[in-house]
Amino acid sequence: MENSPNTYTWMKTYQTYHSVYDPCPPLGTRYYSTPPNLYLGFQPPNLEQFQPNKALKKGTLWPILYDYYENPYEKKRR
Amino acid sequence: MWKYEKKLQYPVKVSTCNPTLAKYLIEQYGGADGELAAALRYLNQRYTIPDKVVGLLTDIGTEEFAHLEMIATMIYKLTKDATPEQLKEAGIDAHYVNHDKALFYHNAAGAPFTATYIQAKGDPIADLYEDIAAEEKARATYQWIIDLSDDPDLNDSLRFLREREVVHSQRFREAVEILKEERDRKKIF
Repeated sequence: MENSPNTYTWMKTYQTYHSVYDPCPPLGTRYYSTPPNLYLGFQPPNLEQFQPNKALKKGTLWPILYDYYENPYEKKRR
Repeated sequence: MWKYEKKLQYPVKVSTCNPTLAKYLIEQYGGADGELAAALRYLNQRYTIPDKVVGLLTDIGTEEFAHLEMIATMIYKLTKDATPEQLKEAGIDAHYVNHDKALFYHNAAGAPFTATYIQAKGDPIADLYEDIAAEEKARATYQWIIDLSDDPDLNDSLRFLREREVVHSQRFREAVEILKEERDRKKIF
């Protein structure tokens, strides 16, 4: 498949303007989630599957739709 | 007709005594983008949607009730052994005054559930676009709760629920594609 969805990132960032008069210290980079369903279109047949016992834990049968979420601000603090 | 399976869709484990998390989780119970709103929205829209996608709305609407059950279990576990004093510290004293430990369909700010949270326009594209938006909003709500929560076991269940929102959104998007399809033209993927 051209433009394989796996080449996309599931988390995007942007910067906000911070004035010297702003009361709080800048939070820095802002994050937003762009999960794989935004890119897949109509799901093609015969895609790779998780093992059933794994799929039940992950919440999807399809690796192409799997998107593990972690608090992006937490990661930054560490 | 439904058949009830006497177990949760995904195990719910809570490892820390933190009733404050219950205050956040109630948003997904009786809030505008919560599981109750989702279930009622889909199971009502399905009557007036083209045949090809009725089954999808039935399946997803049904699953939303399974999610509602998981959220209820989380809230119950987080509050059942809390003292009134602990509930006060957690900021759910107003809930306690009205409901004791009982669950109730309201959002994190205490606004009771209302049918105005959902819509059935009768136009298949309008309804499915609302459903896609609802899934993305629920996904975002789970993210914000995970961001606020430091309970690893609770977050594990919340990540499962978030992933289901991603999959549901995908299926609703495919439903739109099915209804958009130009029947006599060649499909190009």
